[in-house]
Amino acid sequence: MTWQPSRAVWMWLVLLAVTLALARWAGPMAVPGWMQIDMAGAVSRFMDWLVNTASFGLFTFKDLTRAIAQAIEWPYQAVRMALVEGWVEGRRSEARTILPPISWIGIIAIVTAMGVYARNWRLGLFVGACFLYLAVFGQWESAMVTLASILIAVPIGIAGGLVLGIAGAVWPAFDRVQTPFLDLMQTVPTFAYLVPILFLFGFGPVSALIATVVYAMPPMVRITTMALKSVPSEIRDFGVMAGCTPRQRLTRVLLPTALPDLMVGVNQVIMLSLNMVIIASMIGAGGLGFDVLNSLRRLDIGRGIEAGLAIVALAIALDRLSQAFATRRPGAAGDGARHMRWWVVLAAFVAATTLLGYVVPALQSYPEAWTVTTRSLWSDLVKWININYYDQLEAVKNVLLLNLLLPFKRFLLALPWPWVLALITLAGWQLGRGRLAALCLALGLFIVVNGLWEPAMTTLYLCGISVMIAALIGLPLGVLAASSERAGRIIGTGIDLLQTLPSFVYLIPVVMLFRVGDFSAMIAIVLYALAPAIRYAAHGLRSVPEEIVEAGAVCGCTRWQILTRIRLPMALPEIMLGLNQTIMLALSMLVITALVGTRDLGQEVYIALTRADTGQGIVAGVSIAAIAIIADRLIAAGARRTRRKLGLEPAHP
Amino acid sequence: MHQQPVKLGCHNVWKLYGPHPERLLAGGAAPDLDAIRASGHVGAVRNVSIDVRQGEIFVIMGLSGSGKSTLVRCLSRLVEPTAGEILFNGKDLLQARPKELIDIRRHKMGMVFQHFALLPHLNVLQNVAFPLQVQGIGRAAREARAEEVIALVGLEGREAYFPRQLSGGQQQRVGIARSLVVEPELWFLDEPFSALDPLIRREMQDEFLRVQQLLHKTIVFITHDFDEAIRIADRIAIMKDGEVIQVATPEELVLNPAADYVAEFTRYVSRAKVVTLGRIAVPGAAEGAAGTLPETVRVEAVANEVEAAAAPFNVIDEDGVVIGHVTRQAVIDVLVGRGGRG
Ligand SMILES: Nc1ncnc2c1ncn2[C@@H]1O[C@H](COP(=O)(O)OP(=O)(O)O)[C@@H](O)[C@H]1O
Ligand SMILES: [Mg+2]
Repeated sequence: MTWQPSRAVWMWLVLLAVTLALARWAGPMAVPGWMQIDMAGAVSRFMDWLVNTASFGLFTFKDLTRAIAQAIEWPYQAVRMALVEGWVEGRRSEARTILPPISWIGIIAIVTAMGVYARNWRLGLFVGACFLYLAVFGQWESAMVTLASILIAVPIGIAGGLVLGIAGAVWPAFDRVQTPFLDLMQTVPTFAYLVPILFLFGFGPVSALIATVVYAMPPMVRITTMALKSVPSEIRDFGVMAGCTPRQRLTRVLLPTALPDLMVGVNQVIMLSLNMVIIASMIGAGGLGFDVLNSLRRLDIGRGIEAGLAIVALAIALDRLSQAFATRRPGAAGDGARHMRWWVVLAAFVAATTLLGYVVPALQSYPEAWTVTTRSLWSDLVKWININYYDQLEAVKNVLLLNLLLPFKRFLLALPWPWVLALITLAGWQLGRGRLAALCLALGLFIVVNGLWEPAMTTLYLCGISVMIAALIGLPLGVLAASSERAGRIIGTGIDLLQTLPSFVYLIPVVMLFRVGDFSAMIAIVLYALAPAIRYAAHGLRSVPEEIVEAGAVCGCTRWQILTRIRLPMALPEIMLGLNQTIMLALSMLVITALVGTRDLGQEVYIALTRADTGQGIVAGVSIAAIAIIADRLIAAGARRTRRKLGLEPAHP
Repeated sequence: MHQQPVKLGCHNVWKLYGPHPERLLAGGAAPDLDAIRASGHVGAVRNVSIDVRQGEIFVIMGLSGSGKSTLVRCLSRLVEPTAGEILFNGKDLLQARPKELIDIRRHKMGMVFQHFALLPHLNVLQNVAFPLQVQGIGRAAREARAEEVIALVGLEGREAYFPRQLSGGQQQRVGIARSLVVEPELWFLDEPFSALDPLIRREMQDEFLRVQQLLHKTIVFITHDFDEAIRIADRIAIMKDGEVIQVATPEELVLNPAADYVAEFTRYVSRAKVVTLGRIAVPGAAEGAAGTLPETVRVEAVANEVEAAAAPFNVIDEDGVVIGHVTRQAVIDVLVGRGGRG
């Protein structure tokens, strides 16, 4: 069987040739003055107006933000007192501790008990060990500051997500209105939130908390709506037939039935909150994220790694714990009365160790003399690597930079913008006709008129290269993971870990080995965005119907033929979805790599953040979202088309 | 047989799915299947009229997609019919306000679902007591009542189990117990045994008939299994493409199918399973009869007894009056498929 290129393929080959020729001979094209619009300025002026003059009659906008800030500040301070500072009266030298914070032993006991309750002793001991690590390695206080932020942000995120999600499930119209916002929130990169929030609420933990909630809530909304909608229709009917009032139906039938799915959402909120609390250390969240940021700035490698590992320990502990709660089944552990006794014992223990802290300081806070520091160990290790392998590392970096990264960058930057716009519009037309074409064109024009073409192309370059590399690594790993149970388990554990880590952490090893620049950024992005490429490929390959594979085997296909002729083509839609996720993660990581000195849209947002320039921050942030949306819609349309071709989806949905 | 009063009447009920179903039926129009399809609609239930009488087991039988579930959901008003009238105890159910409807469902209707629809977070006792709980009945009272029905369906000792710890058959017993806990007058069962293995299915049918012997509910029972239908039904409605094609007793259906479509189902059914003694009885009391048998008994059930006896049996109606007698030969004829008088 020979491959017959279709007309569309010929057309794209010709277009590619034209593109190459244009890059070689035509070169970049300036955007004419009349096409440039000062949206950033307009947004900034609007925000100024909002903060300084806007009024709702009875109260001003400023009053509103103050009230919100107060409402968050107060419980936050309370939790911080309980975990970190204790209840202190007076300031500085006159400070008098009325009530100490909960002792470190007490907190370890609490998390251990939660682990035992959620699953078993093994998990309890594991979580306890993670927290003990924080104490032993001298990260306790920072970790508790981070934990305090999470303890405030997570309940707000869950409650808000539940309310909006329920509203979306009950009123389809509401769902239709909020879905585009949720889409946008998930594609606008994290730093872009920080800018307006910083502007509205000022530098400090409250801003950080608000940013965290805004970031972590959308998935909860989505999962809640989905979970409620996917309650089996028979159970829904049963609720009606049992004579439930609408309220009883929601609280007694739908929500409890959807609980396992909702708990998956809770896990997500926790992990996203942790991720964002770390990032939000830039606008005053403090804690572990601040330690990392600070040591990155001062190139204090040892401290950075220590804080990074502490984040890892915290992340793993929180993830395992919330997952255990998510999969916990009713009736899993003994009777209620026995539970009560245990909880009383625990409360007594926590109170006792905390109060004894007055007398025995070692119970109160982990004694400094017992802490182990690995700081110099890490610094020495990095120093050693850099002394002995400097040439090798530099060589790898330079080869890739000179032969891959820079030529690709030059090529993209040399393209005239009208041609690129024409290409994405054409792609939109081919995959989704008028609507998709119009969307692609409009989003592309948004970038052009805002004068962000060059950073946008730089973004495309960095993101494109990283995604390509991630796909090149991810696909074979996915094939491997799908090929045997054991490989699947090992690789699965690995990517679980990768996905648990907050994005910030990836910068640490990269900066140590390769210092700042595009190359470091690329590696960090690849590491962060790798997981979905592997996961979706493995899942797609595994879920090819066994009968089709057997039919191939009966026809005498070799294993290689089964892979390339049957499994891979059938898994193509799934692989494309994985690619889509990889692109989304890469774009969100891009902003964080601005810290290591890239020159793309991420950098624009970061600069806007440091200058508190709301307009610029929002416009650049939305530009990244525009790229994300274009990529997402094109790939989704392509995947749908492939699925239809393979007969996996009806032609007319 | 004495005619029992109509418990649930359903007159000219339609349910169309699609962009503008009301318009299709405007002014009492009755579009046919092709017209409905051509306009982009699905005729899930088309012009159905049936009467369910007090105390009978009324089975709705049809292949998958024929509209059985939609019809039973119209009858319980889980879906709003596009047109028609549904009378429950003589009152129009479609006019009932939400509050009344909740009240009717709380006290007068029970429903059993194909996939059990148990609440996964509650144990057996709590699941069964749930309908009483939403009525606001106190814990002690509702659990005592729940224990009774749990015992009725033979699940004593498993009160503390969660649904996932039970087999399919046991789960459906819970579903049955739960639907009976409020002592409903009208009992809907939507393919209650279809998700079970054949052996368990038979056991559950026996179980169901036993429970009905005790409770005498008015029952609307959905199935796609013709054997199941003739086994348990007092009357059967055959559905196809949303329409009811024939309503009759199992015996009538097998002996006089109204359409080829019905005959397809009945062709391979053993006559002895459906033919009653009343049908094959010869007029006049027999001399020296071996005994008496009721006219409603099916041949299969007494074949051994009649065949083994030397003399014929007298057949009596429900008032005990002899209406005729059955001979050994007549029973054998039915068993081997000769006559039974078509
Ligand atoms: N909500 C709905 N929207 C559109 N079509 C439906 C809906 N519910 C059922 N139908 C259609 O109505 C027909 C009857 O369905 P149903 O009553 O479930 O059949 P049965 O229970 O006999 O298998 C089917 O063709 C089904 O596709
Ligand atoms: Mg059905």
